[in-house]
Amino acid sequence: MITFTVNGSSHAFDGDPNMPLLWYLRDEADLTGTKFGCGIAMCGACTVHIDGRPVRSCLTPVASVDGRSVETIETAENHPIGKLVQQAWVEGQVPQCGYCQSGQIMSAVALLKTKPSPTDDDIDAAMSGNICRCATYPRIRAAIHSAAEKLAYEA
Amino acid sequence: MKRNSTRHEPHDGFVGLSRRQFLGGMGAALTLAVSLKSGIANAASLASEAAADAFAPNAFIRIDEAGKVTVVSSYLEMGQGTFTGLATLAAEELDVPMRDVSVVGSPADLRYANPILEAVFGRPVQGTGGSTAMAGAWNQMREAAATARQMLVNAAARRWQVEPASLSVTDGVVVHEASGQRIAYRDLLADAAELPVPENVQLKSPDDFRLIGAEQGTPRVDVPAKTNGSAIFTQDKKLPGMLVAVIAHPPKLWGKVQSVDSSQAEAIPGVVAVVEVPGDDKIQGGVAVLAHNTWVARQGRGALKITWDDSQALTVGSEAILSAFRDLAEQPGIVAEARGTLLDDAPEGGTVIEAVYEQPYLAHSAMEPMNCLVDLQGDRCDIYNGEQWHTGDQSAAAEILGFETEQVSIHQLYAGGSFGRRANARSDYVREAVTLARTARDQGIEAPIKLVWMREDDMRATQYRPLTVQKSRMVLDDAGKLLSWHWRIVGQSFMEMPEGAVDDSLVEGAKEMDYDVPNLRVEQHNPTTFPVPVVWLRSVGHTHTAFVGETQIDEAARATGQDPYQFRRSMLGNNPRALAVLDLVAEKSNWDTPLPEGENGERRHRGMALRTSFGTVVAHVAEVTLHTDGSYVVDRVVTAIDCGVAINPDVIRAQMEGGFGFGLSFLRQGIVFEAGSVVQSNFNDYPVMRMNATPQFDVHIVPSSNAPSGVGEPGVPPAAPAVANALAAMTGHAYHSLPLGGSVATS
Ligand code: FES
Ligand code: FES
Repeated sequence: MITFTVNGSSHAFDGDPNMPLLWYLRDEADLTGTKFGCGIAMCGACTVHIDGRPVRSCLTPVASVDGRSVETIETAENHPIGKLVQQAWVEGQVPQCGYCQSGQIMSAVALLKTKPSPTDDDIDAAMSGNICRCATYPRIRAAIHSAAEKLAYEA
Repeated sequence: MKRNSTRHEPHDGFVGLSRRQFLGGMGAALTLAVSLKSGIANAASLASEAAADAFAPNAFIRIDEAGKVTVVSSYLEMGQGTFTGLATLAAEELDVPMRDVSVVGSPADLRYANPILEAVFGRPVQGTGGSTAMAGAWNQMREAAATARQMLVNAAARRWQVEPASLSVTDGVVVHEASGQRIAYRDLLADAAELPVPENVQLKSPDDFRLIGAEQGTPRVDVPAKTNGSAIFTQDKKLPGMLVAVIAHPPKLWGKVQSVDSSQAEAIPGVVAVVEVPGDDKIQGGVAVLAHNTWVARQGRGALKITWDDSQALTVGSEAILSAFRDLAEQPGIVAEARGTLLDDAPEGGTVIEAVYEQPYLAHSAMEPMNCLVDLQGDRCDIYNGEQWHTGDQSAAAEILGFETEQVSIHQLYAGGSFGRRANARSDYVREAVTLARTARDQGIEAPIKLVWMREDDMRATQYRPLTVQKSRMVLDDAGKLLSWHWRIVGQSFMEMPEGAVDDSLVEGAKEMDYDVPNLRVEQHNPTTFPVPVVWLRSVGHTHTAFVGETQIDEAARATGQDPYQFRRSMLGNNPRALAVLDLVAEKSNWDTPLPEGENGERRHRGMALRTSFGTVVAHVAEVTLHTDGSYVVDRVVTAIDCGVAINPDVIRAQMEGGFGFGLSFLRQGIVFEAGSVVQSNFNDYPVMRMNATPQFDVHIVPSSNAPSGVGEPGVPPAAPAVANALAAMTGHAYHSLPLGGSVATS
């Protein structure tokens, strides 16, 4: 039995331990905010946090999160940085089709946790694994800078 | 840019109306049911029994007891801000704030036919495409909302025994200035429902626009749900007892299943069934594995042992197709446009520019791989889909099932991108899902089934932007004036064409070009020799014609010592709209001032391109840095656009940014066939633009009072040529074939 927490709640799973966390979250835990885009860690749509660090859940076997803490887009608003990032996304009118945006936001939150005032190069490095076929990138960049400013102001 | 941060209540925003509710709301024009029950008219309650709560004077507008407005969209929201545009038009004419308006997707019904596509196809179709939503809704939605407003105002006038003309409306409250009386819409619904529908309603004069064209107050209606994971796409939709299907498609296009050994797949815990999906002339088909969980279904697919019958399969590769098309490019084709007399040779001192251009098949690669949920129960079928081709897909499903179209309900969900992919004349993936559901039912499986394509299916078993070979020849006189242009386009047509007929989409942008060219001949070959399924991709024929036309113009300018901007200007004398856009982009990009060189003396240059598509004129100027190793980056893009009335300026800017980004990927990507199979499989070998390649944008919208035209597509065509022109200006090489790749020869 694999046990872990998702967004603070306890979960236990005794199915295929090789099943990627992505499919556990979406199909078993009904947390569909985390998206499937490529299945090979090339697009970032499936980004979640494990023990606070961003990972691509499509290539993360559910067994590997045993005893760990998983956080998804559904709980982003419960964290100060997540909330700021989501607000910046709304203010900057970032999403178009929206499908990639859960992953974008989770990557952005992870970036701001480690680098509260990222440079453009930092953003390129942290965000280039997240594809947006609608190419909302300039607005993502602007929204990250805007969230960083508010973060600095609130600190 | 800062936006008004008014938040709409997050909701999944996308529950379609069922057919029954639809007819209930619309059937008897004005015997409007206004229930005494209270309830918020959000998407959720509309989909429930409470549908009759609404004041519904027409197919598009409903107002509930709390005064909340629901706009019914006949169009798909696939990212282009369509829902927001519709909400803006409705809120404007109704005089309500945007926060009181939500949008739901309509069911498939010809009463929601797209007025512009109807004109194109000569028959009513409900669908979204060709950047038509705002152009089509401009009158339709405003009239629908103005009608509702007039009925509510008339109701107040009757109540107060005053002239309707003496009343005004602010934020959903009718006001009689003289007496100071006020009444909210929500208190007038029952009265209004009893009044006759006015025949002719007065639309607002543009001077009175409060929301249309506003920089504030019209945030996108779908954004909150798209920042917290609550927006529901087909991928996310679940029904009780639903099974997920992952399908093995033929490795060679159009291959058929000869035999399948499914024993290992069926042995995987959680696999429910294995179902063969017969392919036909429209779908690939294959073998589907059904499970309660996508991963299990996918594991099951991997364990299938299938022997394929390739006797009808595509066997050739892109090289053979290119080679056949190259031959055709040398032969006269079907004439799409001919004016004047072509010149064979340049006059004394003149110049001939001739080249053959090749562009590959492209996959749309929307972020959400194709998928479709089918719930087949007895004599009805419910389809949940990011639905872009409503009535076409409905008819296809009915045909497969032997149903009347009324037995098929389509529930429109948010689409995780489409770029033209989901509007498909073959209804391919919907057809595949419905065929699967039918076959599964015949095997005794009674469950809703969601067919989920993996990314590899979305790249290898899909439908492609056509590969083209184009031959283009310009003749210029000694003063550099373009005298004659002969342009031949070879590619599969976007739709089935009668033998010898012109597919206008294949030659669009060449046939009716922006420039004034005295002697022009545009020909096409649309061979059917190679059965690669093709479909329009964001901006259709312009995806391949803009690159040829706009880079050859630069090549001609370079060859004759002219500035590409001035050369274009000289040919736009009869096209004041395009000229104004070109002048604006030149001014805003400081075209006449050279770019400073980059770090370490790296070369930097601007490139420009112009293209009118779908009634909208767009010009991009790209500022490009060429690194010493030949790699290049677009630093900044200046864009000018004339799309008529700018309904939502910020949405327009977003579409220019996104359209450029989408078009920029053309420089890097291509789908290649080898022996009937697609070589590429996923984003590892099909590069798309990422954050680290993203330029800054500066978008300028030409003020206009003309009826609006679309913005979803027109940002795409001039993107790749603008960048190629900048590179060519630095390297002196003209680029005739795509993809260019990530680097170019520097000298
Ligand atoms: S789905 Fe995991 S990175 Fe694409
Ligand atoms: S918003 Fe559509 S893929 Fe990013």
